[in-house]
Amino acid sequence: MSAREAILGRVRASLGRGRLDVDKSAELDARLNAPIANLVPARGQVSGAAAVEDFIQMTLGAAATLEEVATDLEIPAAIARYLASENLPARLVQTQEIADRLDWDAVPQVETRSGPAVSEDEVGLAMALAGVAETGTLILRSGVQAPTTVNFLPDTHIVVLRRDDVVGGYEEAWARLRETCLDADGRLPRTVNMITGPSRTGDIEQTLQLGAHGPRRLHVVLVG
Amino acid sequence: MRATSHQFPENVHEALANPTLRQALSKMRGGFPVNRAQAISRLPEFDALRDTARDIKNHTLEHLDFYLERFEERVVANGGQVHWCETPQDARQTILEICQRLNARSVTKGKSMIAEEIALNDYLEEHDIRPVETDLGEYIIQLRKEPPSHIIAPAIHVTKDQVIEAFREAHTELPADRPLDEPRDLTDEARTMLRQEYFDADVGITGANFLVAETGTSTIVTNEGNGDLTQTLAKAHVVIASLEKIVPTMEDMATILRLLARSATGQEFSVYTTLSSGPKRKEDLDGPEEYHVVLLDNGRSDLLGTEFREILRCIRCSACMNHCPVYGAVGGHAYGWVYPGPMGAILTPTLIGIDQAGHLPNASTFCGKCEEVCPMRIPLPQLMRAYRTREHERGISPKATRWGLRLWRFLATRPRLYGAVTGLVARAIANLGWGQGVVTSLPLAGGWTSVRDLPVTQGRTFRSLYKQTKSYPASSTK
Repeated sequence: MSAREAILGRVRASLGRGRLDVDKSAELDARLNAPIANLVPARGQVSGAAAVEDFIQMTLGAAATLEEVATDLEIPAAIARYLASENLPARLVQTQEIADRLDWDAVPQVETRSGPAVSEDEVGLAMALAGVAETGTLILRSGVQAPTTVNFLPDTHIVVLRRDDVVGGYEEAWARLRETCLDADGRLPRTVNMITGPSRTGDIEQTLQLGAHGPRRLHVVLVG
Repeated sequence: MRATSHQFPENVHEALANPTLRQALSKMRGGFPVNRAQAISRLPEFDALRDTARDIKNHTLEHLDFYLERFEERVVANGGQVHWCETPQDARQTILEICQRLNARSVTKGKSMIAEEIALNDYLEEHDIRPVETDLGEYIIQLRKEPPSHIIAPAIHVTKDQVIEAFREAHTELPADRPLDEPRDLTDEARTMLRQEYFDADVGITGANFLVAETGTSTIVTNEGNGDLTQTLAKAHVVIASLEKIVPTMEDMATILRLLARSATGQEFSVYTTLSSGPKRKEDLDGPEEYHVVLLDNGRSDLLGTEFREILRCIRCSACMNHCPVYGAVGGHAYGWVYPGPMGAILTPTLIGIDQAGHLPNASTFCGKCEEVCPMRIPLPQLMRAYRTREHERGISPKATRWGLRLWRFLATRPRLYGAVTGLVARAIANLGWGQGVVTSLPLAGGWTSVRDLPVTQGRTFRSLYKQTKSYPASSTK
């Protein structure tokens, strides 16, 4: 008997039954195939301007910084100003998704490259799929347009988030994932990153330190 | 790691006599519990979420076979593989074979309690594969060659000075006179030292906080970002997880996520919650080529059929130990194995046997704080009591305890005699105080009074006061 059958057999013995019958399996499959939200706290049910306001407060509370701009056209200049104000090099690695969206010609002093990040990259720029108001959490997903290393290797992570993409709770973000990010076989992207503030640790005498292994700075550019 | 749970009393004496440990532990009380209380006060639905989370996990456990099968199907559809492992040895062997097939010289590791449970590092080292812990706390204790003492803050027993010492000893390639006095310096040094390891490692091993049946996803929750670099930069991502980590849907995971960070560190949400669904896709520009889930049973399938099933709802948040007066006094190493504190007092005897770990369910004052804070509503004191009953029935509790209990039963089943004896004792202890209000030494209880004072009794027992007034001594509405 395989380990798999042995384990499943013991599980069933402990539950005092055999394999589930067809009806019960169908009922549970229905639960899996059309997931229903459980209790969502009030602060996860906000929308519109209130959700954006909550998102801003929560993400600042998680030690991220944030700047609001009106249109995509303003983003490159805003990022150039941010890099200068933080004394960071005017050089960044961006995802293809961002490259397709932004026109950097207006700020020729910023050197950009598209693709996965390498260890020398000091600034990474990516696009969020959604922002969750409830806890100020950004949702990013991997794909040919959006390599994951951009989110983790550089010391500084800048994320563009559209106001329209701010949702109340995590469940709404899942809905967006299912609507827009599944592949032809219905699979999720390889990875989905929920990011709330910059990397940190409290492992030395419970003293909070930002920038443990991931980015030391997280800067959100809220557009729209 | 070799368990020392059988010598818990000796471990406790050692811990209590260790001033460095007491200094390190004293910092915990003002940290995790305070932050947790504040986070929960900002979420009015917290208790209702606990009920929901308990129900989700109970439902999952009741249909565990079904959800495990669905999970596997979807991992395979994602291009990954599930390895079913009955024993720690099976799990170690499976991981070793993956590493050897990829000619791995080193593996990076995110924090995983299951890896501790199967003593993975020792095994890999025996086979000439170098495991590199990347969580800062785990890295510190790996350098110090000791096990974790807490499930989310593995180096909580280590002081800053000890970290400095460990880094100076290990990082000999760095200038000996470099400044290293601040936690900032230490964090930066670890970051620098570990960066290249992520690129060099052939295999990245992480644990899992959740396995999602709906999507075949494993999820880790971290603050540092080490788990992400570990899985993104290696050729293969190996997830090691035990059966009960499964949840049906993403929605179910969201509910439990709302409890996890708040209960653990008191954060609204951890910095990185990372969902991994298989290896890199054909068109992806980065990510691991292979994705494996090593699914460990190690007694849990049997545990499911016992009164201890409820411990399988545990999400390893550490709230129980953060609030436990016993853990707070002795730290995690005294418990002698991987899981300390109240959840460890249930899980350890279950996994390594009550003969080995029979002391642990007794290491509780039954103050009830652990159950009060458990986000998954696990009745920890009740489960500890069940273990005490088992120990008594199997005659493995200490002789003195058995005689004491027998004596107490003799008295307690004879109300008049009980009243007379307790009345005498109450009067005796009242007189022992010599007007000081406390007793500083007591015959036959020197072990107790050597480290604390006993407040004196007021001379009367509750029963005699009650008989006199026919009501509760304090004002009562009854």
